[in-house]
Amino acid sequence: MTAAQSRDDGPGARGARARPVTGDPSAARPVLPPEQLARVVDRMAHEVLEKTGGGDGVVLLGIPTRGTVLAQRLAARIEAFAGAPVPTGSLDITLYRDDLRLRGPRALGATDLPPGGVDDRHVVLVDDVLFSGRSVRAALDALGDLGRPRVVQLAVLVDRGHRELPIRADYVGRNVPTSLQETIHVMLAETDGRDGVLLGPADLERA
Amino acid sequence: MSGAGGSTSRHLLSAGDLSRDEALLVLDTAAELEQVLASSTVGKLPTLRGRTVVNLFFEDSTRTKTSFELAAKRLSADVISFAAKGSSVSKGESLKDTALTLEAMGADGIVIRHSWSGAPVNLAHHVRGAVVNAGDGTHEHPTQALLDAYTVRQRLGRLEGLRVTIVGDVLHSRVARSNVLLLHTLGAEVTLVAPPTLLPVGVETWPCAVSYDLDAVLPKSDVVMMLRVQRERMGVSYFPSSREYSRRYGLDVRRAAVLGDDAIVMHPGPMNRGIEIAPEVADGPRSTIVSQVANGVTVRMAVLYLLLGSAEPAIGVEVTRG
Amino acid sequence: MAESWLLRGVLPYGEGAPVDVRLADGRVAELAPGLAPGSSRVLEAAGQVLLPGLVDLHTHLREPGREDAETVETGTRAAAAGGFTAVHAMANTDPVADNAGVVEQVWRLGREAGHCDVAPVGAVTIGLRGEALSELGTMADSAARVRVFSDDGLCVSDASLMRRALEYVKAFDGVIAQHAQEPRLTVGAQMNEGVVSSRLGLTGWPSVAEEAVIARDCLLAAHVRSRLHVCHVSTRGSVDILRLAKARGIDVTAEVTPHHLLLTDEAACGYDATFKVNPPLRTQDDVDAVREGLADGTLDVVATDHAPHTSQDKETEWGAALPGMTGLETALAVVAETMVLPGRLTWRQVADRMSARPAVIGRLEGHGRPLAVGEPANLALVDTGAAWTVDPAASVSRSRNTPFAGRRLPVRVTATFLRGARTHGEG
Repeated sequence: MTAAQSRDDGPGARGARARPVTGDPSAARPVLPPEQLARVVDRMAHEVLEKTGGGDGVVLLGIPTRGTVLAQRLAARIEAFAGAPVPTGSLDITLYRDDLRLRGPRALGATDLPPGGVDDRHVVLVDDVLFSGRSVRAALDALGDLGRPRVVQLAVLVDRGHRELPIRADYVGRNVPTSLQETIHVMLAETDGRDGVLLGPADLERA
Repeated sequence: MSGAGGSTSRHLLSAGDLSRDEALLVLDTAAELEQVLASSTVGKLPTLRGRTVVNLFFEDSTRTKTSFELAAKRLSADVISFAAKGSSVSKGESLKDTALTLEAMGADGIVIRHSWSGAPVNLAHHVRGAVVNAGDGTHEHPTQALLDAYTVRQRLGRLEGLRVTIVGDVLHSRVARSNVLLLHTLGAEVTLVAPPTLLPVGVETWPCAVSYDLDAVLPKSDVVMMLRVQRERMGVSYFPSSREYSRRYGLDVRRAAVLGDDAIVMHPGPMNRGIEIAPEVADGPRSTIVSQVANGVTVRMAVLYLLLGSAEPAIGVEVTRG
Repeated sequence: MAESWLLRGVLPYGEGAPVDVRLADGRVAELAPGLAPGSSRVLEAAGQVLLPGLVDLHTHLREPGREDAETVETGTRAAAAGGFTAVHAMANTDPVADNAGVVEQVWRLGREAGHCDVAPVGAVTIGLRGEALSELGTMADSAARVRVFSDDGLCVSDASLMRRALEYVKAFDGVIAQHAQEPRLTVGAQMNEGVVSSRLGLTGWPSVAEEAVIARDCLLAAHVRSRLHVCHVSTRGSVDILRLAKARGIDVTAEVTPHHLLLTDEAACGYDATFKVNPPLRTQDDVDAVREGLADGTLDVVATDHAPHTSQDKETEWGAALPGMTGLETALAVVAETMVLPGRLTWRQVADRMSARPAVIGRLEGHGRPLAVGEPANLALVDTGAAWTVDPAASVSRSRNTPFAGRRLPVRVTATFLRGARTHGEG
């Protein structure tokens, strides 16, 4: 089985992105079963349509790796509901992180803007987990170097709390109260072979 | 925050230091950086903010020095450049003392160009920062090889299985040494073509083929890399005249015509137009010479990022200090 | 007059049963088992190998000129620590030892230091410039009694000049010690030309540059019926040529250095200029060949080419560093490691290659004599059970550029006697 820790690793976390779970997965419990994950994405798609007046001018930018996948899923559902395609891209934040020097080496993810870019658009950043908020801060810095959106919003599949910066999400799939000793693992079929969200002990990934 | 934070430094001293995975990581990182910079409105990333990169050029090279400076600045590093002329370097200070000075300054990365083979290795023994070989004597020039590999992949989509022909003064070429090692690591088939006087004794042990006949090799080449031939070599009879060299080993319009449709022509610069390469070929559609220069900055950014960007360097070799 | 010593339980040439050796009045006075101490100072040396004091045909003492690297005093003390009782001091000093004044100065400094005898080598050509002969006869007639002449460090490459030198020194039984290096084939040379140099991008020093000069000089020596000595032979081709020359009856002798017996050009891979030397370290095949040559007598002697350099001349870029290695203190141990332990030479043969023959080649009286009653008490004691690790910081030499740093060597010189007086050893 493969799964991965959320990339938005929180305070003092050391795990690299998309690292497979190495501990005993039976120690983790599901907080979002596979069938519910799809329903949650559907709801988020509806909310985006509501809050953006039908999705006009919206650009979805996923934060690699799983944020990119979620942005694509969200875009597909929005198109299914509203009948019009949504420009989608990815925004790698590695080069903007403030914790690079505290960690091991990182390969860069893709930064891929849709044609038309982000200037004057309604950008929705998409990530799998919202934790300390540092990834989002890095994403805002990266976005600022790419253009000047009209509005920037944030969509996350899981908000696990423990913010270290004044950041909140506009669209939340599921609020999952966690302790700092715990870890959230988001799994998506495209990257991990199956869908699901697990809550496990912190040492699950680092074992 | 400097001096590599007490963690181990790794260095890029030889193209042979890079495993296949490491070499591909550099190329992939450069590709992502190119993408980011293409979209960016500011042309600069905050990644190496607060880090110091020292360019130590004991030998004149405007082009490589500028390329490294630009690469470090685009990653927001603080950049200090010493040229040989006008610095203590030209006043007889030993490499060791220069190294100790850099240590005291807290250099995180040191880019060194030197006329003696092995000087970057010597320097690495005395400093905590990561040393990047920007060309040492007739030894190696690993970032040139990386940017060449990047350019080939950009134009032809792959490196594995490509037939690369390197033509010219292999004996004195650090570019050739690094390219043979790196291209071999990346699965390309390299053939060296040169007059026998400009091939080193021992070349038969290198991971490549050797030929004296350019016309026989060209039709079977996907990539032709022309090396600069120095006029001063004539004075010591490496070849009789530049005219004869050009006739036997120059890439002129007639020879370029036998190349396959997709074959590309490279040159690390600076060129001797009309000697190793005809102007029409250098400026023609096969030529990658301009993109090689542009790619140089991106690839060097990737190298600096992978050596200095995190707590543990992602590429390179360790050297015992002392 | 030196005090009398009794060396107890030693093995002359490492052979036979232990004996006691009494040294008195500068000579070997008694050599027999069970000698009574009497008034002699006793040195317990049970099982140690007794050899005649070693003679080095090739030492750089650096004085005058580079006293920061070595002086006659420190160099000869290092020699004594290595078991040497005589060294030939090379002429490439500053000023060059190309006249009676300089050679007498070096000879006198050696006498004053008293650690071992110093036989100055005279430069073949004025200023080592390879253009005109020095006053070879005047140096031969001087107090220094010079018999060995060499431009070492540089080759007497002019064939005509070499011929004249070979001829001229016959008048006083001198010998030309040639540093065989064809200069045009070695412009800018940094290391052995071959696989390793191609990889390291260092300018090659091809074997042929040594071999061509040796072949030429052997033919010249035959033609003018002179004797020739070849310094630091480093290649298989050179050994082959010398073997052929000797078979033809040409009066040629040759030396090999300890470092060429042990190390290869792979040592250059880290660009550590400690391993830069001239002639350069060669390949394993060459190492095998010089070992064979030394074993079968094609190479007559081991000579150190002890070449001390300051750290600033060594801790620098390979190309900027000066060539040379220290060797006096490690020579015998390296020969033991490469030749004695593998069974290529006996200790008696070591005494021949490192004492008797070099003394004959250098026409050095009172050295290289057999271990026998009545002979001068120039002796070295070797503990064959005392393996040690080479520590440059512990060098007696003023310089630290030993290529054997950190290496474990199998035997150690425990005492050296010059005309019955101890010049090295404790207790």
